[in-house]
Amino acid sequence: MTTITPQSLEVPARRRGTGTRATRIIGLATIVMIGWLAVFGLLISPADRDQGDSVRIMYVHVPSVWLAYLAFIVTAICSAIHLFGRRHSLGVDRVAGASAEVGVVFMAVTLVTGMLWGRITWGVYWQWDARLTTTALLFISYIGYLAVRGLEGTRQQRARRSAVIGLLVVLEIPLVHWSVRLWRSLHQEATVLGTDLDVSLDGLMLFSLFSGVVAFTLLFIWLVLHRSRMLTMIDLAGERALDEALASRISEGGEKRA
Amino acid sequence: MRDAGFIIGSYLITLGAIGAFAVRTLRLGRRLADSVPDEDKPWL
Repeated sequence: MTTITPQSLEVPARRRGTGTRATRIIGLATIVMIGWLAVFGLLISPADRDQGDSVRIMYVHVPSVWLAYLAFIVTAICSAIHLFGRRHSLGVDRVAGASAEVGVVFMAVTLVTGMLWGRITWGVYWQWDARLTTTALLFISYIGYLAVRGLEGTRQQRARRSAVIGLLVVLEIPLVHWSVRLWRSLHQEATVLGTDLDVSLDGLMLFSLFSGVVAFTLLFIWLVLHRSRMLTMIDLAGERALDEALASRISEGGEKRA
Repeated sequence: MRDAGFIIGSYLITLGAIGAFAVRTLRLGRRLADSVPDEDKPWL
């Protein structure tokens, strides 16, 4: 007969995940800012004189590309710290990986929202134009970076290989940004600051765009914190599985000898 | 609003992609949390 004790009735406490008080506060602020952005972008901000209502796509398109650039630059900085730092920290490498993952998602969003905007403005979803082509190349380069991170090898090998690639592919960002000036392009030049550094946007439009940039930057911080913690746990779980497999092989060997 | 389908579609795609990515991240984190003891999580 099984004896029921107060201890046996206790539900085992669930182990805590990647969330902390700070991430919950950032997450809440992000949700509020994204709601704010949707209201301003779709309802309050005025239509553009030339582009009409299609300018509303800008409030998600420009912050997406800003966030993708930011993510790739963070990846490059972390790659440099890993590669040239004394400790060759794996924690920094995980932040680089997490940031690249977030960047790839936002680069995909940039490409899709850009295609929808292009369909309204140019009448086609895609043109092999300099800006569009270099952006697609940047996107594919970072998919390659993530593929290299998934290759076989030790964690230090993974970190070293991906750090080298992270430092090389970031050089494509200036090429993407300046492509509209280097080659004749369908894509418009910088929206906020023109060549004369004058702000060329209506106040409410600029405010909506700024709300989008703030919302997406908060989102970036939230996502990178969660994903880098997740990558830490993947590494730790892999280590534990390896230790258990080794221990079981050792005990099997001991039994056979006995 | 002219071209409402494209405009609202771009917001839905953006927010949908963000939402799906965030939910997937949280779910994976919770699943992994069970295989790693709390003392090995430096953020706690």
